[in-house]
Amino acid sequence: MSRAEEHARAIRETLRRDTRGRPASLVLNAPKIVELCDVWLSFETPVLRGVDLWAREGETLLVVGESGTGKSTLLKLILRLLTPDRGTVRVFGMEMPRLSFEQVLAVRRRIGMVFQYAALFDSLTVYENVAYPLRENTKLLEPDIRHIVRERLRFVDMNPDVVSNLLPGELSGGMRKRVGIARAIATDPELILYDEPTAGLDPLAVNTITRLIRKLQVELGVTSIVVTHDLRAGFRIASRVAMLRNGRILFDGSPEDMVAASDPYIEAFLRAS
Amino acid sequence: MTRAVMAIDERLRTVALGAQDYATLALRATRGIVTRPFYWRDTFEQMDRIGVGSLPIVLLTGIFTGMVLALQSSVELVRFGANIYLGNLVAASMVRELGPVLGALAVAGRAGSGIAAELGAMRVTEQIDAMETMGTDPIRKLVTPRLVAGLVMLPMLTIVMDVIGILGGLLVSVMRVQLGADVYLRGVWSAFAVSGITFGIVPRDFVSGLLKPIVFGGIITLTGSYYGLRAGGGTEGVGRATTRAVVASSMAIFASDYFITQLLLVLLPPPR
Ligand SMILES: Nc1ncnc2c1ncn2[C@@H]1O[C@H](COP(=O)(O)OP(=O)(O)O)[C@@H](O)[C@H]1O
Ligand SMILES: [Mg+2]
Repeated sequence: MSRAEEHARAIRETLRRDTRGRPASLVLNAPKIVELCDVWLSFETPVLRGVDLWAREGETLLVVGESGTGKSTLLKLILRLLTPDRGTVRVFGMEMPRLSFEQVLAVRRRIGMVFQYAALFDSLTVYENVAYPLRENTKLLEPDIRHIVRERLRFVDMNPDVVSNLLPGELSGGMRKRVGIARAIATDPELILYDEPTAGLDPLAVNTITRLIRKLQVELGVTSIVVTHDLRAGFRIASRVAMLRNGRILFDGSPEDMVAASDPYIEAFLRAS
Repeated sequence: MTRAVMAIDERLRTVALGAQDYATLALRATRGIVTRPFYWRDTFEQMDRIGVGSLPIVLLTGIFTGMVLALQSSVELVRFGANIYLGNLVAASMVRELGPVLGALAVAGRAGSGIAAELGAMRVTEQIDAMETMGTDPIRKLVTPRLVAGLVMLPMLTIVMDVIGILGGLLVSVMRVQLGADVYLRGVWSAFAVSGITFGIVPRDFVSGLLKPIVFGGIITLTGSYYGLRAGGGTEGVGRATTRAVVASSMAIFASDYFITQLLLVLLPPPR
């Protein structure tokens, strides 16, 4: 058996073994929570050139592509940390580029973002990091905040009594990522964005993180968009996959369809991961 | 030829856009002072860092500046038998120019670079994006407290610098120039008296000597924040931002020093 066939088989195995969050039929007609239409964006050079992409309520959309293709940029557009040169970005039915600053804050409150290197505030303790969005966006009192922070830390398999007072610098990469997830879910977001959630982690930590993402989709039913170049881990959580290449969406469909696709670039990408 | 023109044009455009961004930052940071939410805790923390943190370097700069000023001046003054004016000279130079300018340069080197490095690191590790995502305006949370700290602490540091510089001059005056402390100090008093009195009670020199550090405090903190927030390209980018912040704020300090002096000469003309 050739290496490519072997690889395709391994991926099919993964697909069969893992029953994803919810059956595709359930989300098929769910409303689109995130919708990008014909989005263009250039920095020094064009990065996105007419991207059409959406995520329906309850699904887990995996966006794959080589590094530098603009995956993180997509997430920043959804959060309106960037605005497109052309095209529309709709989140919860609202056109992000048109909203006022206050309205954008209101939308962001419903979104949790897990940054690539967790982006924890390194001058704040783990506890203060997870409490941060609660302090900024709610009028909750300290006992309630404390309760939520401890609960979220437990959700990501961390012992609040042990880690609460540590600084991010004292944590491993995998632990930092988990604190990042705890912080992202502190305010019960309806949509969670993950930027390369498994990059740079050892295999055990990768398992922990993918398990957490699935736990979030199954137990809380949140919509997720996961951006990654790590297909292997991504396939275990995705209900749909979109592939970004040369500033456009090259493929959009189920993981099974992707494995079956005959596009030489997709085959090469599958083989390489 | 056209390529050169285009390159210059491009460069000018970049400068103009940069100036616009800087002005926007200054405006938004200032608006953050008078509108809520105001981050008190961050502000006190920055006051401590910028004010107390810069104290040692300001003390050292101050004492040596005053000492060398007395030493150099005494050489000239002795030649004209005008020794007794040593106190006047040291006091006027310290309060009008050297205290504000050298103090600000010291703070730019220490606190301004620190601001650029800290915000730059937060920028390249996406902490600023994270902050914004969680509903915080990073300018309010990060820049306004530093700006307030700069506006408040720079004048205070300058007063310390002036006093310590004049004392340094006194030291040299007594030990090396053999000029009595009483003569030296009488010179210091008269320096302020002859500069003129503003608003009935405040010596004119104090007005300019305190207005300048307020402006410099704004320049140092805003410039540090500006380059820090714009940092890109990993750790190397943070280093670049830090260097640029110190160079740019030093230049701005020298330039604005001239213009403030000129402006005050017009607004508060010294007595003839
Ligand atoms: N703020 C920015 N300024 C300039 N160029 C940027 C900026 N952000 C991203 N880029 C460029 O856009 C491209 C896409 O970046 P990114 O979205 O981070 O890619 P990915 O996440 O897929 O690796 C890269 O070439 C990157 O250099
Ligand atoms: Mg990326």
